[in-house]
Amino acid sequence: MSIEQREARQPWILLAPALTAIVMLLIVPLVFIVVYSFWLKSAAGADTPGFFLDNWQEALTDPFYRDILLNTLKIAAITTLVCALLGYPAAFFIARSQGNKVVLLVLLMLPFWISYIIRTMSWINILGVSGALNSAMIWLGIINEPIQMLYNETTVILGLVHFLLPFMVLNIFVSLDGIDTNLEDAASSLGATRWQGFLQVTLPLSLPGLAAGGLLCFVLSAGTYITPVILGGPRDAMFANLVYEAIIRQLNWPLGSALSLLLLVVLGVLVIIYNRYLGMAQLAKGLG
Amino acid sequence: MGWRLIRVYTILVYLFMFLPIAVVVLLSFNANQFGSFPMTGLSTRWFEVLWNNDAIMRAFRTSIVLGLMTAVISTVLGVLASLALVRYQIPSRNMITTLLIAPILVPEVVLAVALLLFLNFLDIGKSFTLLLAGHVIFTLPFVILVVQARLVSIRRDVEEAALSLGASPMQTFLKITLPQLMPAVAAGGLFAFTISFDDITGTLFWKPGGIETVPTQIFSMLRNSISPEINALGTVIIVLTVGLPLIGAALARRLATKSGG
Repeated sequence: MSIEQREARQPWILLAPALTAIVMLLIVPLVFIVVYSFWLKSAAGADTPGFFLDNWQEALTDPFYRDILLNTLKIAAITTLVCALLGYPAAFFIARSQGNKVVLLVLLMLPFWISYIIRTMSWINILGVSGALNSAMIWLGIINEPIQMLYNETTVILGLVHFLLPFMVLNIFVSLDGIDTNLEDAASSLGATRWQGFLQVTLPLSLPGLAAGGLLCFVLSAGTYITPVILGGPRDAMFANLVYEAIIRQLNWPLGSALSLLLLVVLGVLVIIYNRYLGMAQLAKGLG
Repeated sequence: MGWRLIRVYTILVYLFMFLPIAVVVLLSFNANQFGSFPMTGLSTRWFEVLWNNDAIMRAFRTSIVLGLMTAVISTVLGVLASLALVRYQIPSRNMITTLLIAPILVPEVVLAVALLLFLNFLDIGKSFTLLLAGHVIFTLPFVILVVQARLVSIRRDVEEAALSLGASPMQTFLKITLPQLMPAVAAGGLFAFTISFDDITGTLFWKPGGIETVPTQIFSMLRNSISPEINALGTVIIVLTVGLPLIGAALARRLATKSGG
């Protein structure tokens, strides 16, 4: 074998273990559940292999599943919007502040290192019947009896925003930080007000970061399982809860496969549209 | 004027992020027997209760073993793959990068279902092996992104100098590349450990009955409403996941400045 051939093979040897893991533990299993979604659940024993459309018919036409899917997308959209509204000014402040940028960024990343479930349940301490807010309001004499503020759609969104905001801020920061501030100076020297300069120069240039953060927030909140269980009420189930219900509780694996794939396809379409217009590189920047 | 408004806004955003966490820490030292407001005094009793809770201690051991194994495997796979991506010109590199970060793009529930059903088909049911496989595949993309970002900054010319001075490729790797790579390896490993330690969605699908990790243990305790014990556990986890890396980073900087002169 020539040296060139050996050189050409080296990266593939390095990539082989990781690629094998991804293919065997992600790609093949995904293909497998596509096949599985056409099988039939048997009352007892192994599921029946074959090509049955029953699960897909149920997943696509049952209004119960459709309503929860739409509600999940709605919650994800609101969460993303709130994250963007809270996150943009904060990212702007970090990117333009003098000196203590690193401290602000590290602070922002801290919650990311703190357990997701701890952060989610921490809201029970704040909003619960014997939580901080109720205690404070009783002490101040605003209310006489504690009120239940938890276990509704708003608290689910609150928990999701609290979880996902650092992702949004970080992505916006990355793209704001990359903008040459001379561009804004140029705009203002040409007579634009600061607000005009921001709207016409800075904001458009930071859109890729906003889009990357938005995609992450949307996909992560639409696939969430834990937050609605801890902070939502019985009516606030999201799509991932249905999947868990089908797979773990009812052991209806063919239907569970179809439901998972439905979620994957809906979110996948978004990722593909995003990739088409902005590419994966922006996303990698924000995560790295 | 506008700037001051943005500053206040940002402070409020940071408060929103940190206030609930601060309340967890505060309540974990609460002497009140229900662990709720109003606080009647400070006490460490909930940490004693925690220490004597066998289920939690078992969960801690499981999480640490699982996290360490995940970190080792993911870091080895991730560093090798990152080397290939950063150091070589490979055709179809974009496609390979997308494939390698695919586990982030697939919703975790879907990944969890696919892996559970496929490995079950191969006669690997809910088990520690399934948990480990799941955690590796879930952490690998993060390791690759972190390690790649660090690798780009390592300069090639030192290696080339070593090679031209007669070092073998193996010697060059061990004496030049690996020491420069260590921060990336450490960062990747720490990242993988933290993500594995924190994971709950996938873990709920993969864990066999009787095995609990720390997050699933907290999750099952939360079913009977929040107890001060959970706040104490939260405080311990906050100290472990935030305090230790910060101390580690500080120590590393200290050592680096010392050896640097």
